[in-house]
Amino acid sequence: MENSFIIQIDHLTKRFPVGKGYFTALKDISLSFGRGEFAGLVGPSGSGKTTMLNIMGSLDSPSQGTARVMGQSVSELSHKDSARLRNRHIGFIFQTFNLLPVYTVFDNVEFALLLQKIPSARRKKMVMDALEWVGLTDKAHSRPNMLSGGESQRVAIARAIVKKPEILLADEPTANLDAENSHHILRTMQKLNEQLKTTFLFATHDEKVMQYLKRKISLRDGRVEKDEVAETINL
Amino acid sequence: MGAGLRTWLNVGVLSFAFVVIIFYNGMIDGWNRQARHDTRGWEVGAGQLWHPEYDRYDPFSFEEAHAELSPDMQPLIKRDVLVPVLLEQATMYPQGRMQGVVLKGIRADQKLLKLPTGALKSKDDGVLIGKRMARSARLQTGDRLLVRWRDKNGTFDAREFTIARIFDSNVPTIDNGQIWLSLERLQEMTGKVNEATYLVASDAYEPTDKGIWEFKDLDYLLADLDAIIQSKKGGGMIGYILLLIIALLAIFDTQVLSVFRRQREIGTYIALGMTRWQVVKIFTVEGSAHSILAALLATVYGIPLFLYLDHTGLSFAMAENTDITIADTIYPYYSLGLIVSTVVLVVVSATVVSYLPARKITKMKPTDALKGKLQ
Repeated sequence: MENSFIIQIDHLTKRFPVGKGYFTALKDISLSFGRGEFAGLVGPSGSGKTTMLNIMGSLDSPSQGTARVMGQSVSELSHKDSARLRNRHIGFIFQTFNLLPVYTVFDNVEFALLLQKIPSARRKKMVMDALEWVGLTDKAHSRPNMLSGGESQRVAIARAIVKKPEILLADEPTANLDAENSHHILRTMQKLNEQLKTTFLFATHDEKVMQYLKRKISLRDGRVEKDEVAETINL
Repeated sequence: MGAGLRTWLNVGVLSFAFVVIIFYNGMIDGWNRQARHDTRGWEVGAGQLWHPEYDRYDPFSFEEAHAELSPDMQPLIKRDVLVPVLLEQATMYPQGRMQGVVLKGIRADQKLLKLPTGALKSKDDGVLIGKRMARSARLQTGDRLLVRWRDKNGTFDAREFTIARIFDSNVPTIDNGQIWLSLERLQEMTGKVNEATYLVASDAYEPTDKGIWEFKDLDYLLADLDAIIQSKKGGGMIGYILLLIIALLAIFDTQVLSVFRRQREIGTYIALGMTRWQVVKIFTVEGSAHSILAALLATVYGIPLFLYLDHTGLSFAMAENTDITIADTIYPYYSLGLIVSTVVLVVVSATVVSYLPARKITKMKPTDALKGKLQ
């Protein structure tokens, strides 16, 4: 049973130094996520959602407890192994899209594949496939500053999904989008989750996102308040 | 100021540093080649055979520094493979003034050195002086000049000479305070028959044992000239090193700002799976690309400038008043070594100053970088 989880959080606590003391962002959290989940960490600002996502993305490490991602303990990974874990198994989607402005849409999506040293012809096919999933093949040679917010976020999704990672972490992915674009993006993610069996984990306080989640983990003041499976899913 | 404009300012200053470094070193190398060429042609030939007592910096040594030319040297002298020169201290009295000089006896029919010694044949009492000597003593061609010297017995003797020719040479060491006359005449005047102080050798001369005569090669004979040129090179370096430092500081500053302003991008790179050192490499390559762009820009305006200077040279008309060997016009010499070493120097320096601020990335927390938080 334990082996089917791709993320296992066990009694995790995270503290940040503030002045002479510490601020505890996460307190004794234990959670597990299996393959193909479409789950979200929800809660108000300061509840610890992003911190949790960062630890699961191996961008940060726990102060206490363990976080195992793809069977590897995040706090025991070297910088290099941590980078490899992110490059091979984890995709990120950010609130502010974080596209590289000097590159074209194609280059942005291709970037992660370059790090994996995938041959050029295969890389091109993978990029075009990813752009097709998000409906942006016609924008392949545009630069990010020529895209709308919705299009930018779809490029970010394509960039995250192009390497077919097991886990996709999305931090407030709809915060900078209008309602229509938000639903479009979420439906795209839902479709990818079903087709690719990628585990999607969101950090959000957006009601629109919550409608789509199959599992909702409510955080408050760094603690898990509720962990519930949704009864009806917005499709 | 936009990053684009800042980049082009950096590239502009750096390209100027490229051009100045190559120009300055090209001028020095051109001067060096010209000075060596002239000094060889006018004074030292391919080397010299010295009397063991001869010290070119001590005129008192001339008294003892003379010896008979051996019979085995005669065929070489006849073929201009060796040109004997006899030195004697003397005093001249141009228009009643008194001035210490060195009398230099040389064969009138020699062709090894560029000295116009043929003019010594036209007049029995003819002598040659250089343009600097003529200017300082206010002498002109055809002027009569009283000279007094001691013969080998120490007895004073005096004679009047006629200035047969004033020669124009870039080599001041054969000009200032020197009177050139026929070797036979000086030997007769001093009683040093068939004697010389040193012999100038041609390229055809094979250094062999010539008894008391010591062979001095070009490295030895041109050591002073090399030292002067090196000191000029060192002095000039300060100028272009300052220029290079300004350009490098600008790159450093741009890099610091770039690392600060692009934190979110750095965080994104790390999130996408790059190691911190890979990100450092990106920023370092970006910074050092300034130097590549600068090299390209430098070729755009540098090559026409260098070709023009190579064609016209640079005038140093005031140089004839100095005591250093320098032509009126210097033609720069741009060697492949100079260009390659300049490019390597600038690119390596730019890479180092680009790397130093980029190193800060290794200390960044990716989570803070993603937020663009000041660290």
